[in-house]
Amino acid sequence: MKKLLSAFVGILVLCLLLAIGDYTMNRQTSGGGSHTLTVYNWGDYIDPALIKKFEHQSGYHVDYETFDSNESMLTKIRQGGTNYDVVVPSEYTVQRMKKEHLLAPLDHRKLPNLKYIDPQFLHRDFDPSNHYSVPYFWGTLGIVYNDQKIAGDQVAHWEQLWNPQLRNNIMLIDSARDVFAVALITQGKSVNTTSYQQLKQAQDHLKQLTPNVKAIVADEMKMYMEQGEAAVGITYSGDAREMMSVNHHLHYIVPTEGSNIWFDNLVIPRTAKNKQGAYQFINFMLKPENAAQNARYVGYATPNWKAKQELPKKVTDDQAFSPPHQTMRHLQTYHDLSLKTLGVYNDLFLEFKMFVK
Amino acid sequence: MRQKAVFIVPYALWIVLFVIAPLVLILYQSFFNIDGQFTVNNYLTYLTSSVYLKMTVASVWYAFLITAVTLVISYPTAYVLIHLRNKQFWLLLVILPTWINLLLKTYAFIGLFSRNGSINQFLQFVELGSHQLLFTDASFMFVAAYIEIPFMVLPIFNALAEINPSLINASKDLGATQWQTFRSVIWPLSLPGVKAGIQAVFIPSLSLFMITRLIGGNRVITLGTAIEEHFLTTQNWGMGSTIGVILIIAMFIVMFITGDTRQKGGRQ
Amino acid sequence: MKKHSLKWSTIYLAFVFIILYAPIIYLVIYSFSAGKTMESFHGFSFQHYMDLFADTRMITIVINTLLVALLASLLATIIGTLGALAIKDSHGKWRNSLMSLNNVLMVSPDVIIGASFLIFFTVLGVRLGFISVLLSHIAFSIPIVVLMVLPKLNELSPTLVDAAYDLGASRWQTLTRVILPAIGPGIMAGYFMAFTYSLDDFAVTFFVTGNGFSTLSVEIYSRARQGVNLEINALSTLMFIVSLLLVISYYFISQHAGRRHHLVTVKEGDAQ
Repeated sequence: MKKLLSAFVGILVLCLLLAIGDYTMNRQTSGGGSHTLTVYNWGDYIDPALIKKFEHQSGYHVDYETFDSNESMLTKIRQGGTNYDVVVPSEYTVQRMKKEHLLAPLDHRKLPNLKYIDPQFLHRDFDPSNHYSVPYFWGTLGIVYNDQKIAGDQVAHWEQLWNPQLRNNIMLIDSARDVFAVALITQGKSVNTTSYQQLKQAQDHLKQLTPNVKAIVADEMKMYMEQGEAAVGITYSGDAREMMSVNHHLHYIVPTEGSNIWFDNLVIPRTAKNKQGAYQFINFMLKPENAAQNARYVGYATPNWKAKQELPKKVTDDQAFSPPHQTMRHLQTYHDLSLKTLGVYNDLFLEFKMFVK
Repeated sequence: MRQKAVFIVPYALWIVLFVIAPLVLILYQSFFNIDGQFTVNNYLTYLTSSVYLKMTVASVWYAFLITAVTLVISYPTAYVLIHLRNKQFWLLLVILPTWINLLLKTYAFIGLFSRNGSINQFLQFVELGSHQLLFTDASFMFVAAYIEIPFMVLPIFNALAEINPSLINASKDLGATQWQTFRSVIWPLSLPGVKAGIQAVFIPSLSLFMITRLIGGNRVITLGTAIEEHFLTTQNWGMGSTIGVILIIAMFIVMFITGDTRQKGGRQ
Repeated sequence: MKKHSLKWSTIYLAFVFIILYAPIIYLVIYSFSAGKTMESFHGFSFQHYMDLFADTRMITIVINTLLVALLASLLATIIGTLGALAIKDSHGKWRNSLMSLNNVLMVSPDVIIGASFLIFFTVLGVRLGFISVLLSHIAFSIPIVVLMVLPKLNELSPTLVDAAYDLGASRWQTLTRVILPAIGPGIMAGYFMAFTYSLDDFAVTFFVTGNGFSTLSVEIYSRARQGVNLEINALSTLMFIVSLLLVISYYFISQHAGRRHHLVTVKEGDAQ
């Protein structure tokens, strides 16, 4: 009995020590106090040097917390309890947050650097007068190919993916809306369609793609494309740039017939505690030299025209990442769809994955 | 008798809250659609849509193959182990890998199987050329079988260890060849172990979901993957629960067929 | 003839062991590579171990995982031991149905446990995170504790308990002075098994975690999806050494106690 009892107490003490350790680790990473600005952003989506610079200039302490999907971020904001001052949602999530009254309207007078944003990225339909959001980075959905395995003109258009030559050579991103976007655009439909019939037709079309599909993967696509595991990958421009920096045989194409274009935006939640600091931070990030530094670090395309001029020509002239005006006109953003419609997308996508090859 | 009243409270609470309630809830949830309306459509969809039925058949087929592969590798292993001098020690070595986190082992196979991974390097070295290994049915089944082998070896080993050696000697004395002894004495007597092994491997193989993604590249969708997708991605809990109920039914069928050899207490 | 077959069997066994250990050794070797991929070895280095120790997120997660495992198995051991006592005292039909209910979670696939617990927590309004993960781990560890303690209780002679009562011992005294010491090894074994179940779990945790709370398995899953990272190799090497030490020490303790079968038999119910 004594042995049992001492084991019991020993384990309890150990638990207590671990809990204390846990607590102190958390304290280290998230400070506190009134002079704090809490930024809630995607992982590795800002140059840490810029945070230091901002802290230095403004005197605020910046808490930088990260999330890995719009949905998990939204759940946290909805649940309350935490007070984020600046958050970085994608466009369809801005729309949803607006609907749910989670955002504070922006006073443009406090954001003089807004003038550096290229007008083509303002007044998009998810936030028509940029009343709630300021674009941070933008990107596209497109095709990455390996020039050792296939020529670029073989995969310049979505419909070429169905070519039997590409048998077992395509990697798809594991995301219902993106994969359906490919099929819908091929069939000349909107990527935001709510028509069950159109979606069903898109799914039928996708089923014919299955012999060519090698795998349906998420983040791991980067690794596999870098290793040359497949000839073609359907992915986002930012991931594509990362792959290309490792494997020089990879290239990125946005088909001229259209694709998805997405924006990540800076917003201030209604529950923000330090709005003053939030404006300062957004304005700081809009400053061309900072935006340029950030773009160099993150590798995504900046909507800041002045910052773009400061970036190397090689980057800004790359048609893949800044598609020509002709292509830009055909790019579509995702709209916030109802839960029910999203359910249909997801169910049909799962059925497509189940489809026996 | 004397202590029953006091002691049973926390345990009974556990049974009610974490055994009965979740099972009832999953059954209950299977009658709701994504909008939260009561419906039997989930079951109708399952039974009428060829996609779900095909998926189930494929899932059962994969589980069968995985179990078969595991059995073919494990039975001889257990049979050899039983004749070794330090058999308990060797058995422990077979089981040791099960203490390594499942995810880590799967992760190792990603490295081993990739285009430039060690196996392809070896194949190129012996001039067999480089092959596509990841995202194939074969690699998916291999990794699944790899994970299950110890769970098949164990019960077979235990069953073999329990066979009275005098029976085998008697068979030999009566002039039976080694093969005859195996077929008519050893194999029937080890059958409970084989059944327990099949039970321990088949059900988990039906419900695999992480390996289908990491090794199978989402080309193989099992019942388990479908449940996981419905719960965590599509948020269609009703359909997910429906497949869950089907899986539970499948579990009872398998347990019925293989008999209730799980009651380990009796065999120890 | 005999010798010949023995040779073949040795080769076969060696082959099986190579397959079983190849992935583990492969991970361990590359954890010392100076390179960044598992494609070719780039010379010996402790770099990835340094990275691991400097990775505060990873260390927090290791702490979380250990905390959940220690605490969950402790509570599961207490409840499970009480349950075993209750089952021991029950009779006939009651006993059988208690045993069947006990074994439901042992035979259910992890996906079902995870999904049904997720519904359960949502219905109750339990916030997903540390608490939900802890409760789930307690829940799926209880049956294994019962299975470890019950045989010990069955071995306990009823006359011993009666003798204690006859000598005027109270119920509490009988429990703490007679019953618990006698079943002590079973309780310890139960704790150990519950602990390894908890450390090893992926599927159930994957379903019921949320709000940024993560355990090692879940973290490895998300990192493995981002590509090969030799920091994971370093971590798996450390975990392999820890499990090795745990299992070996348990093996010797149980052998010392004359119950060598225990460790081995109990793994049976744990496929995936």
